[in-house]
Amino acid sequence: MALLRGKAWVFGDNIDTDLIYHGKYLPLTDPREMAKHAMEYVPGMEDFSKRVSPGDFVVAGRNFGSGSSREHAVLCLKYLGVAGVIAESISRIYYRNAINNGFLVLECPNISKKVKTGDELEVDPESGLIRNLSSGEELFAHPLSGLEREIMEKGGLIEHIRSLMEG
Amino acid sequence: MGKTIIEKILQAHTKDEVKPDRLIEADIDLAFANDITAPLAIEDFKLMGAKKVFDPEKVALIPDHFTPNKDIKSAEQAKLVKEFAKEYGIKHYFEVGRGGIEHVLLHEEGLTLPGDVIIGADSHSCTYGALGCFATGVGSTDLAAAWALGKLWFKVPRTMKFIYHGKLKRWVGGKDIILFTIGQIGVDGALYRAMEFSGDVIRELPMDDRFTICNMVIEAGGKCGVIEPDEKTIEYLNGRAKRNYRIFKSDPDAEYEKIYEWDLSELEPQVAMPHSPANVKGVSQLRGVKVDQVVIGSCTNGRLRDLAIAAEILKGKKVHPDVRVIIFPGTQRVYKEALKLGYIETFIESGAAVSTPTCGPCLGGHMGVLAKGETCISTTNRNFIGRMGHKDSYVYLASPAVAAASAIAGEIASPEEVMKG
Repeated sequence: MALLRGKAWVFGDNIDTDLIYHGKYLPLTDPREMAKHAMEYVPGMEDFSKRVSPGDFVVAGRNFGSGSSREHAVLCLKYLGVAGVIAESISRIYYRNAINNGFLVLECPNISKKVKTGDELEVDPESGLIRNLSSGEELFAHPLSGLEREIMEKGGLIEHIRSLMEG
Repeated sequence: MGKTIIEKILQAHTKDEVKPDRLIEADIDLAFANDITAPLAIEDFKLMGAKKVFDPEKVALIPDHFTPNKDIKSAEQAKLVKEFAKEYGIKHYFEVGRGGIEHVLLHEEGLTLPGDVIIGADSHSCTYGALGCFATGVGSTDLAAAWALGKLWFKVPRTMKFIYHGKLKRWVGGKDIILFTIGQIGVDGALYRAMEFSGDVIRELPMDDRFTICNMVIEAGGKCGVIEPDEKTIEYLNGRAKRNYRIFKSDPDAEYEKIYEWDLSELEPQVAMPHSPANVKGVSQLRGVKVDQVVIGSCTNGRLRDLAIAAEILKGKKVHPDVRVIIFPGTQRVYKEALKLGYIETFIESGAAVSTPTCGPCLGGHMGVLAKGETCISTTNRNFIGRMGHKDSYVYLASPAVAAASAIAGEIASPEEVMKG
């Protein structure tokens, strides 16, 4: 997996799935429509989808993605072009959903305290090394496990299962 | 070293060695989805190249979130699910009018059993652990994979044990126990963990209260909740279980990551304040908080015992003039029983609306959405910002007893107080 570079958007602890993608939008299926509502319920972030640029990172504190199993909460960020989520901890279902959709998630201690919104990050998904190019600081995320990397490299669980079924 | 009940259940479903933190591949006994998660799963399932589901008997589909269809988009989703059920020969499809809220329905139908490995594309799929099985919520893509292969990979969770002693006060039940517990350990206090509930308090609890406890483990970040089966479990399953089942219990020397132990004899009814299920206080500390809406029902508290408690409090009394009350029986069977027992008449006489089973109001979908500035006390499971409607609305989580008492008082009130007055 190649090195990634993008700007950070820093959020707090317990960014739940309703903040990421509110329940009322669950009937939507058009990716562009879904992307528009990403992070809309986070106070002060109503227009996140207009402000973020493709390749940017969502950085957060503890327990990112807690709550619902809705994959829309992963897909809306992916469709928006966000490069990945780096948080101090990530809810179990969100984490799996992200990997299964080939969307990068990394758990990195203290990241929300060491990075400010607007900082430029360079991320190595393979090793978990995160360079904050704005501050010069280096941070270490837990690297993905073998199976997680395998699924990610294929672009998600759909491709992974398809190759299993064909094999 | 002994094993926990969860480790034993997983071991019975895999060839891999089960140890905490290991990745295993486990066989699935039931894999289900609803009207919002099934459409994505169906699309993924087809993209995976699957031609049939691994075992149509082990798949269930329950339209419950935006049903009865709230708009055209929702109707299209529900239609897609129905057509898939027909095309793939899935018998356990529960149409509106013959089903209800998935996590009240599936155990009522005897489709979730002790010793099972169950996955549902809904985070509250952890509910069934109350029967002594491994049950967890997954996303649609994981579910599609299980439909295709009949198995799924899991990381074996470490187990935390929660032991409750003492004798509960009147009007204190499963909802208060789980709110208290989340208040103590926080919304990520059991992240990735199995939560095993035990102690004399649990043994005394009826099954309906046990389902309520396991339903909300996800609100502490838990992967699953579990209660060892006992004579109450077996009695519940008599005449209901659709398959044979297997009872597992934790070894006395099983390894727990952490053990919490509390005496609940003095516990008063608990309420979680906005905007977190861990923001918990005793009901006596919240007196005077005015409410605009009261919701009684959902996968957390939409069972017969929940309605019985609400009816006991509302009987012969009137809902406060400034309050609207919406009561949702969890399933058609619960609804019918409540009708026979006179609860529905009690609710209507008191001035409450009784709705058909749906998840609608809990997730701000339909059938009870909050306006800007409104406050709701609800027996549901989440009170995140905007959960039940407008971003500037407020949700307090409580038991059916506290919700019913608050409906009469027009503000958050304890059942004891209302019953005295």
